[in-house]
Order: sequence, then C-alpha cells, then structure tokens
Amino acid sequence: MPDLTAYRYTKTHEWVKPEGSGEALVGISDHAQSQLGDVIFLELPKEGTAITAGARFGSVESVKAASDLYAPVSGEVLAVNGDVSASPELVNQDPQGRGWLIRVRVEGDLPNDLLDAAAYDSFAQADSH
Amino acid sequence: MSEADQKVPLDAVHRRSGGQMVPFAGYSMPLHYGSIRGEHQAVRERAGLFDVSHMGEVNVRGAGALDFLQQLVTNDVSKLAPGRALYTVMCHPDGGIVDDLLVYRDEDGYMCVVNAARHDVDLDWMEQCRAGHDANLEDVSAGTVLLAVQGPRAMGIVQELSSGGDVSAIRYYHHRPGEVAGLPVRISRTGYTGEDGFELYADAGDAERLWTALLEAGSSAGLIPAGLGARDTLRLEAGFRLYGQDIGENTDPLSAGLGWVVKPAKGGFIGSDALAAIAPSPPRTFIGLKMGPREIPRHGHPIYHASRQVGEVTSGSFGFTVGAGLAMGYVEPEFASPGTELRVQLRADPEQWATAPVVALPFYQRPES
Repeated sequence: MPDLTAYRYTKTHEWVKPEGSGEALVGISDHAQSQLGDVIFLELPKEGTAITAGARFGSVESVKAASDLYAPVSGEVLAVNGDVSASPELVNQDPQGRGWLIRVRVEGDLPNDLLDAAAYDSFAQADSH
Repeated sequence: MSEADQKVPLDAVHRRSGGQMVPFAGYSMPLHYGSIRGEHQAVRERAGLFDVSHMGEVNVRGAGALDFLQQLVTNDVSKLAPGRALYTVMCHPDGGIVDDLLVYRDEDGYMCVVNAARHDVDLDWMEQCRAGHDANLEDVSAGTVLLAVQGPRAMGIVQELSSGGDVSAIRYYHHRPGEVAGLPVRISRTGYTGEDGFELYADAGDAERLWTALLEAGSSAGLIPAGLGARDTLRLEAGFRLYGQDIGENTDPLSAGLGWVVKPAKGGFIGSDALAAIAPSPPRTFIGLKMGPREIPRHGHPIYHASRQVGEVTSGSFGFTVGAGLAMGYVEPEFASPGTELRVQLRADPEQWATAPVVALPFYQRPES
C-alpha cells in the first residue's frame, strides 16, 4: 500500500495525486476496483485532451458493468498509462500505484471538495453499507 | 445481505477464504475469492473448486417414479440406466419452462437436481403433478452439499482422494457412489464450465472436511476455490443456458435450442401438445454473438439488424478464454444463421454499438485430451 498522504479523492471514487510542477496522476480507488471487480478494459482520453473537474473523462468496464470516470481536477491529459491499457488487471492489482490511469497538467489549485484518505475511507465505508 | 439469505454449510469457510459473499437465489454465495479472471483461468488451465450447495436435490422414489418423471420432464427418462444422468427441462402445459434440471438414476430411484431460485416453485409443481402416480418426493436439499471440481486436472485430484475404484472409469454424464477423502460421496462426471470434472454430492455435515481435503490434495496441481462469477463466464463460453436469464417461464425449449431434450416419441408429457404446435416454426432462435475484446454485451441489450430490432441479449459478458465479448440471446429465426452480421446496442450512442456475427454455440470447446 503506497503512502496515501498526498492522495485526494472524489465521492465518485477517483483519486488525484500531485507529482510536482503542476502535474498529477489520476486513478480509481481501491474501494472502487473492489466494487467493480475484474477490469476488462478502460476507455481513456487521448493525450492533449482537456478534462474538467466533475465531468466524465472516460469509462471502466468490468465483468460486472460499465462505469463512467469523473475527473477530480481540471487540466490537460499529458499521458495515458499504456500499462493499464495493455493489462487492465493492473487496476485491480495496484489501483493507487502502477494502476494509475492518466497524467494531467492541473489547471489552478485542487478543488477544495476533494477528500483526504481518512475522510474518503469513512465515506467509502458508509457508501458500501 | 438481506436477513432472508440462507447460509450454505460452508459459509464461514468462504468468508475465511476471502470470498466476496453476495445474495444469489435466496442464498449468500461467494461471487469470487479475489479475481473472477484468475478463477476462470484456473478452471481452464488447472482446476477450480466450486461450492454450489444452493442447488436443490429432490429424491423421487416409488413404483410409479418413472411414469411420474416421464410426465413431468421433456426428455426420455425410460432410457436412463442406473448410474447415468440426464439433462432435461420440465414445462408448463403451454410449453414455458418451469426449470432445467439433472435427473440421476440409482438402483432404488431417481434424484432431481434443480436450480436454487426455482426450488420452491419446482417442489410445488412436482407435488401437483404427482397426483395419480405412485411416487413420493423427498427434498434432501438442506442435508446435501454439492462441490464441483472442474478443470483439466480435476480427474487427478479426485482420483488421489478416492478409494474403491478408478474415477476415470466414470464416463461423462455417469455417476456412482464412492468415497472421497474417506467420506461417502456421489461422484458425478458432470459440470457447468465446459471442462472435464466432477460434481460431488455429500452429506452437509461432511462439507468442510471434503472442501478442505480437496483443496489440500489439489493445491500442488493449482486447484483454487472459484465463485459464481467465474462459474458464469465459464458457462457462457461453454454455451450453457442459465435459468432466469436465457430460459424461463416465457421461453420454450425449442426456441431455446434445447430441442435435443424434447422427446415427443416417448409419448405425451406435460407441455407436449404445445411443443408439438410450436415445433414446425418456433418464433425465435437462440444464438451466440461474438464481439471484439472491448465490447461487452449485457443482459437486456437490444439486438438490431439494419435499423430494426430483431432480438435481445439474455446473457452477456467477457469470455476470458475466448478473449472477446460474448452474448447469447434470441432473434427472429431469419437472422439466426451463422455469419449474419447483427448489431448490439451496448450504449445509447449508436457509434458505440457493436457489430458482431452470429456464431455457432458453444463459443469455447475444450481441446481433446
């Protein structure tokens, strides 16, 4: 389990982790992957696409269902994780590490309605009951 | 989990093993123990162990047992010798399917194995149909566990634990009483995965000892516990119908491609007149559709030919072994020939609909051993 101090979460179960120089990684939470079950493929935006906080930026399809992905921040997609496109099971195995989805250049500050790891944990637990 | 969900005898074992328990057919059952994909692959390449104790078992005995079953089900039970098993359906008088089931024959009678979700309905129905027959029904579901060992290495694993005979001598759709791990078991060469393997019927009180012994004996061969999730993707690849999705009270066995279990020559049975009327031209045909690896059909997706809806998906998922999205469902008969290009409405956006050819079922057939 990585150090989660820097991670911020949406109530739609995505995370964002600042990487310095205004860049950040975006992925889905461990709770999300366990609810989804085995990920079959991801529909992700191309490099250079603009994303908007709270808006759909792609989808994840699991054995169970297709679910939309919502951007935790606004910005521009700098890179898509080629490893998860080739091996979607990485999202199940290491959702907050090697299973990151996109690298973005963040526009402005992080939205202030994002949750830290502890707050997200309580939210996710309440959500699954 | 709702309070109404019953526990199978291995409930605590599944929870200890990391099983994600979900409500299914009135029971709390393991969906997976970590990964549906991993469990699916284990069954195709090595072996998987399923607890399917939610299934119902009903003994049918008495001098009139055969006559009763011949009336009740569509297949010909008179051809069933002791030591053999038979897949069949039982129908309403209108030809709608009450349930699909296995019938086992012993020296002293028959055992019907029915779907958990239909258990209560089936028993009521069987009780009604029993009138006038010298047959008695005994529901032994609660006292029975059913474990399925499936996969290319299932044979070796069960053999290692068996005393009293070579289990490879039990041919497909045959069964015999035996001993596995020193416990009395009915060993049946059947399954719902498309792989070779056994289904073991045992006393509920022996459930944990049998489960543990199988996992221990099989661990070096790669046997792992597998849940309902893998059971569903495996049976879909193998083209097996699932009651409640692919077949039900509003479908008849002929439209469902199960004409091979309907035997009019045996004489009248419940639904035989209706099925005889349907037989010349069933209104729908059950088909398979094979899509791309990024196109996952789901139950209820409409199927189109050109701009007209001609059918609906009844089972859909990703086939991990086939490497493609797979659908089974019903279409109008003129669109059912293999090679016909149909479109499946995966999402609202027409650009994301999948174009897929009709393919012959099953999607997957195991290599000859």
